[in-house]
Amino acid sequence: MIRLNDLKLSYRLGTRTIDAVDGVTLTIPDNCVVGIAGESGSGKSTLMKAIYGDIQSPMYLSRGSIDYGLKGADGRPVTAENLRREWFKTISYIPQSSMNSLNPVIRIREQFIDFPGTDSNKKRVLERARDYIGKLGLPPEAMDSYPHQLSGGMRQRMMIALATFFQPELIIADEPTTALDVVVQKDILLLLMELQEQMGNTILVVSHDMGVHYQVTHKMLIMYAGRVVEYGDTDSVFADPQHPYTKMLIDSLPTIGEDSMRGVIASQAGAGGDRAYRVEPNLIEVKPGHFVAQPARQQAGVFA
Amino acid sequence: MTVILRTENLNKLYRLGGFMRAKPIQALNEVNITVESDKPVVIAVVGESGSGKTTLAKTLLRLETPTSGRVIVYDEVVAGQGAIPSRKSFLGLVQPIFQNPFEAFSRYRPVDIYLEETARRVAGMDGPQAEAAVGEALKSVGLDYDQVRGKYTAQFSGGELQRISVARALIPNPKLIVADEPVSMIDASRRMIIINLFKRLRDEAGRSFVYITHDLATAYYISDFIAVMNKGRVVEFGPARQVMSDPQHDYTRLLLSSIPTTTSRWRERPRRVASG
Repeated sequence: MIRLNDLKLSYRLGTRTIDAVDGVTLTIPDNCVVGIAGESGSGKSTLMKAIYGDIQSPMYLSRGSIDYGLKGADGRPVTAENLRREWFKTISYIPQSSMNSLNPVIRIREQFIDFPGTDSNKKRVLERARDYIGKLGLPPEAMDSYPHQLSGGMRQRMMIALATFFQPELIIADEPTTALDVVVQKDILLLLMELQEQMGNTILVVSHDMGVHYQVTHKMLIMYAGRVVEYGDTDSVFADPQHPYTKMLIDSLPTIGEDSMRGVIASQAGAGGDRAYRVEPNLIEVKPGHFVAQPARQQAGVFA
Repeated sequence: MTVILRTENLNKLYRLGGFMRAKPIQALNEVNITVESDKPVVIAVVGESGSGKTTLAKTLLRLETPTSGRVIVYDEVVAGQGAIPSRKSFLGLVQPIFQNPFEAFSRYRPVDIYLEETARRVAGMDGPQAEAAVGEALKSVGLDYDQVRGKYTAQFSGGELQRISVARALIPNPKLIVADEPVSMIDASRRMIIINLFKRLRDEAGRSFVYITHDLATAYYISDFIAVMNKGRVVEFGPARQVMSDPQHDYTRLLLSSIPTTTSRWRERPRRVASG
């Protein structure tokens, strides 16, 4: 279980500071896939970086804390301080456009050996890795290739193989399928779901595609302007969205076979610009496990 | 009935690799599409990357010359043998909208300059006329001239800038607008603003669109006709509703079944823990 306590993350830009995440408090349970949605600038990538323990200048933690509730490879609890030692082992990250994150000038097998904290017996590691990528639907020869020799979908599978090789307790996937075609995307998402069920770990998936969230996640977190607007079980959030912004995200998606007008709320809210809604940091539990941001006292914009 | 778009045995061969070992890539392979209608239409071209849909867009826009075959737009040959020679008259008939609006305009010039230049150079207007046309075009995409005047690309959101691209394309009064992935760079919640704008421009301003996309859901939402491309070929073509509700080709079925929808799941999501 991961607890975020009143988290505030800011960026220092010259003399200005920008609060990308401002007052996020929530609990992420074990063994589930949590989807994070929100538009660019909503703070979702910043939040993911902080959870991954990758807080580097100009970003800094200005308030709050993260309790991981995880045990590291050496059996000691993971804290924000020793988190870096646990990268890939207890917590791993599938970055945005990760298919371009493989080192282009060395073979894939070297990248497996390159891992921090891999077994010192390289041969044994390689054998296990070869075995493992086979399970993920990659040919064993792929280990001996350079990244450019693989297709985008294969590279993405390889990144997932790297990120899941040590069966980490927590995986953060930032837009894991954005650059892929729908057919490949479905394969990759099904693979990710299967791996999660086998490992019983927690995966945080950032995506702008509400369809992807509906297919993959157990819980949904909707962010807006650095704050949480809604958090709850995926079925509950999709069936009965509480916040107008969540409604807009779901409404904005057309469905094949359905001819109703879509994106109407978006067009109206669009007139209010990027700050059409004002979101308070306090969450109210409207149904068991379904939270929504407290209505702001003073609302701005047309649709708030 | 007017021929809104016709491609006749359209082929495009790229050569990839070295001089001696060049490998031909057939980006377009005997593409034959005919759309006849009295009303303006939206024609969607869908397919995965590498399917040839962008090459088709570039050929329609005369950014690539076809290896063989020709393209007819509103009864005029625009690409291939016998194409209308003048670039100006072509741009008065067909206008582009590109994927990334931040790349379509220079960062170092105010965007309204582009609109005014289009009015002067392509539509041949003089100063006050051009100014009026720019204001009119911006109004039709829901923007005010004063919101745009003298501003640079960094001062707009992706959605706003893409609406400005649409406004620019409208100025020469084209009959057909070719939009290559116009919403893939825009936040999901704002995409429908652009899509609904296309719909309105078709119904109220009489513009036809070629909408190139990999997003079948929005293609279904706005298009009248749809062409499904795979490996340079059009594998299925027809009225959008018919193709989507009763797909004939295996590839179209595969594409349709791969879309992540919010109505039915690919499979069950077992979960062992209670909600927290």
